[in-house]
Amino acid sequence: QDMQEKETVIPERAEEAKLKAKYPNLGQKPGGSDFLMKRLQKGQKYFDSGDYNMAKAKMKNKQLPSAGPDKNLVTGDHIPTPQDLPQRKSSLVTSKLAG
Amino acid sequence: FSGAGGGNDIQWCFSQVKGAVDDDVAEADIISTVEFNHSGELLATGDKGGRVVIFQQEQENKTQSHSRGEYNVYSTFQSHEPEFDYLKSLEIEEKINKIRWLPQKNAAQFLLSTNDKTIKLWKISERDKRPEGYNLKEEDGRYRDPTTVTTLRVPVFRPMDLMVEASPRRIFANAHTYHINSISINSDYETYLSADDLRINLWHLEITDRSFNIVDIKPANMEELTEVITAAEFHPNSCNTFVYSSSKGTIRLCDMRASALCDRHSKLFEEPEDPSNRSFFSEIISSISDVKFSHSGRYMMTRDYLSVKIWDLNMETRPVETYQVHEYLRSKLCSLYENDCIFDKFECCWNGSDSIVMTGSYNNFFRMFDRNTKRDITLEASRENNKPRTVLKPRKVCASGKRKKDEISVDSLDFNKKILHTAWHPKENIIAVATTNNLYIFQDKMN
Repeated sequence: QDMQEKETVIPERAEEAKLKAKYPNLGQKPGGSDFLMKRLQKGQKYFDSGDYNMAKAKMKNKQLPSAGPDKNLVTGDHIPTPQDLPQRKSSLVTSKLAG
Repeated sequence: FSGAGGGNDIQWCFSQVKGAVDDDVAEADIISTVEFNHSGELLATGDKGGRVVIFQQEQENKTQSHSRGEYNVYSTFQSHEPEFDYLKSLEIEEKINKIRWLPQKNAAQFLLSTNDKTIKLWKISERDKRPEGYNLKEEDGRYRDPTTVTTLRVPVFRPMDLMVEASPRRIFANAHTYHINSISINSDYETYLSADDLRINLWHLEITDRSFNIVDIKPANMEELTEVITAAEFHPNSCNTFVYSSSKGTIRLCDMRASALCDRHSKLFEEPEDPSNRSFFSEIISSISDVKFSHSGRYMMTRDYLSVKIWDLNMETRPVETYQVHEYLRSKLCSLYENDCIFDKFECCWNGSDSIVMTGSYNNFFRMFDRNTKRDITLEASRENNKPRTVLKPRKVCASGKRKKDEISVDSLDFNKKILHTAWHPKENIIAVATTNNLYIFQDKMN
């Protein structure tokens, strides 16, 4: 009864309970470390030309696994291809603030 | 402060808005940094597309004494381009994370702009005259046949339409493995620091091929990583002192005279937490997104997800002032975590006299806290408040229960309309507030 009281009294705890109810597998680690690693990994695309060419050579007769719905998520089975990487074009247009 | 009177209360009025009107925002147009220069005459913005736009305040019109000069476009240039680091399979965004102005030493203006990996020193100079009357060249640049030259003349400078040119003078590259979050120019005006998630480097403005590492918090084993550097700044007066904030809500003050590598802090600022209040969200919302020294150098301000804290540099145990920005969000943390808003990095700023602090919130609201009167105000950056010299109406969010007229309920707030970047003119009551893709300028109503 005490714990329940405390959860309603402290909005953060109530929110935490909500979150854990939705995502029971949420790690025991406090909400910090996973995000730190994600933050450090930002921008990682994992296109490796060596892997890519070796995979191409090995799989000449087989079909290459196609990119899944989320092209940015790289799994162990999928070798990213240059086509999977979003095009990085520089902004040739002037900023609208200067318009 | 609510506009109800009082000699010192500021009455904020809409002055200008820059940027496109349409709701469909191109990613490149998202404003990522806003900064006044030291005199306040120039206002720079950086965006996700790697572009910098500089506005200049018009000279005050003697006849129109009821308003200060307007800001108009002075210069615009592409500061950074997208890159791909093939060796590390790393995409490098061109987004400008920070702009910092150098104090003006001569006719030209200098600023530092940085993306995740590379810092650049830009020179912005004016050209308002050009040489005319060359002996060997025509006015259009074609060379004259020397045999046709029968007399000699001395070329003279003639006035021309003002041209503002931006040129990159230094490129400080390849010194950061992780993503740069801060740059700060030292009060010696010769050196500056750049901070990424795990390291801080010291540069000399003239030297691009090397920098000194002054802070390194990278653990030997990355599995042991528990906190990252979120912001860093040099002290405004003491050239040996700087601070850096962390994702765990701590601020460390370092003295470069103590040792070459400042891994051991001189002071550690941390507010003790009540362990019984700890939740899954505690660490995330305690992460400091911005740290700014007061102009006096006596205080520093930190911004975490829900509050702004003022620290006295002489007291490490707790802040001297705490201001709640949007406490009503505490009971919404679950959904703010799910939509990633809990990771939004709000900045904060001081007014010129260090008496008022300002920071942004959601729904295009921004907040100001008067440290002397202890009053606060919520204002909105919106095109609906477009009439110059009409005082902005204060806003109020209704946390729960009966919503009064003119109040907005928490559930109606638009969390996509975030004000992350604001700036206050160093001398006047003029503020620049960036919404997603528009820049608003507000001014004190002058009598």
